[in-house]
Amino acid sequence: MATKASRSAARIMMAPAVVLLLGWMLVPLILTLWFSFTKYLPLRGDSIDRGLEWVGFANYGRFLSSNSFWPSVQTTLIMVGGVLLITVVLGILLAMLLDQPLWGQGVVRILIIAPFFVMPTVSALVWKNMILDPVNGIFAHLWRFFGADPVAWLQDASLSSVIMIVSWQWLPFATLILLTAIQSLDSEQLEAAEMDGAPPLKRFWFVVLPHLGRAITIVILIQTIFLLSIFAEIFVTTGGAFGTRTLTYLIFQRVIDSQNIGLGSAGGVYAIILANIVAIFLMRIVGKNLDA
Amino acid sequence: MARNVTTRRKIITTAAAWTIGLIIFFPIFWTILTSFKTEAQAINDPPLFFNFDWTLENYAIVQERSDYMKFLWNSVILAGGSTLLGILIAVPAAWSMAFVPSVRTKDILLWMLSTKMLPAVGVLYPISLIFVQFNLLDTRIGLMVVLMLINLPIIVWMLYTYFREIPGEILEAARMDGATLKEEILYVLTPMAIPGIASTLLLNFILAWNEAFWTLNLTAANAAPLTAFIASYSSPEGLFFAKLSAASTMAIAPILILGWFSQKQLVRGLTFGAVK
Repeated sequence: MATKASRSAARIMMAPAVVLLLGWMLVPLILTLWFSFTKYLPLRGDSIDRGLEWVGFANYGRFLSSNSFWPSVQTTLIMVGGVLLITVVLGILLAMLLDQPLWGQGVVRILIIAPFFVMPTVSALVWKNMILDPVNGIFAHLWRFFGADPVAWLQDASLSSVIMIVSWQWLPFATLILLTAIQSLDSEQLEAAEMDGAPPLKRFWFVVLPHLGRAITIVILIQTIFLLSIFAEIFVTTGGAFGTRTLTYLIFQRVIDSQNIGLGSAGGVYAIILANIVAIFLMRIVGKNLDA
Repeated sequence: MARNVTTRRKIITTAAAWTIGLIIFFPIFWTILTSFKTEAQAINDPPLFFNFDWTLENYAIVQERSDYMKFLWNSVILAGGSTLLGILIAVPAAWSMAFVPSVRTKDILLWMLSTKMLPAVGVLYPISLIFVQFNLLDTRIGLMVVLMLINLPIIVWMLYTYFREIPGEILEAARMDGATLKEEILYVLTPMAIPGIASTLLLNFILAWNEAFWTLNLTAANAAPLTAFIASYSSPEGLFFAKLSAASTMAIAPILILGWFSQKQLVRGLTFGAVK
């Protein structure tokens, strides 16, 4: 029923959001692309005003062949994969548990959801000092209580520690979304399966899991996008040392610490490409939902 | 008999759920508890649970040392300002997409979402360059605009999913009765849209409050919000557990309380309406 007038009104109403986002996307993107093809070391006097030296794909090659590139990709994959595995598996189990009748469900939900609202710098610092500190952390107390030697977590098991911290932050998200999905499962379907004598494991495998498929995919995709750019947790705990330097962190170091803008920008372009590959899959799923 | 089994099962589930819930909540509980200890009690071996002298001195010290109120105020201004600004820009956009959809609406929505996936680190230098150029570095207005832009896609999406649930017939009826576009928006749609707008406000306030890449990289002393305030505690310094705990508690308390109200909107907002 849209009239011509309402159409043009609609276009005007949409304009500010579209124009702003377009600028927000294009301007930095174009600058990053431009820098990535130049020698740009501000500390050695390179500046845009004086003109940047065009170096072609040299930065891209150097970024790929640097000693820290492949380890950083590996670290990124392990971190993202580890967090996804932990949050999805525990998230499914927790969601199923919370779906059962129990006393004080509302309070338990609140307890479990809380970590998601803690700002990343706080959760990183709290874990680093209060939980993982090799002398005064809770884990150290526990280890000593059982007669074991406390572990210097952020040095000797640094990557696992970061994975643990990040999983703690994202488990609530996974649980909440999976719980929402489980609650929409038709209980008659489960009862029917139970009547037909399907054991719990089979009921889970053939009824619950397929129902959760879409929610799991969404959890994985959205978390991946956020996890690929994890920053504060590494910045605060290890500063990228002890094998916790992810691709994001490596680029950050190139740009900020060593002020090599050209090289860092080339890394940034790689990161953008990587994120877009994940994004395409997410868009497909969300896009399908729009038609429904 | 059957009832017996159910009760026993309920007891077991309750025990399991509470145990897990308490373990997950423990770091937060421990932080809040430690904030009321003295520094010596904070590192006591074995750890003290409730048998210590409760004190508020850490809160006083933290406030004295880094002017907590200033950071808190920055957080409120940044999160609140960016959210309001975002809503102001997103409401008309979401509105027109929900009620006057065109063939391109879906593409525009998906494209907006895709801007959210641009890794921040990839564009950190250009943005800081632009900030330097326009004297925006370490200003609240600059950061407010950046926070608004990174959350704008989520705001548009959330509003869009809420608006879409408002039946279009009501609009047509209003139009039949001779309502102008302005009246239609002001008197018919707005009242129905308020719950959706409120949830969007809430969730985005939380997201902006906790944002910790741009707030760390684009601020120094003036515009730094609580994320940066806490990061200043990242280098160890003698006895500081209790002070760190007090600072952390102050930084997360406001948002924990808000967050508990927003559980339902969280799912919807963060999955872009794909899970409800």
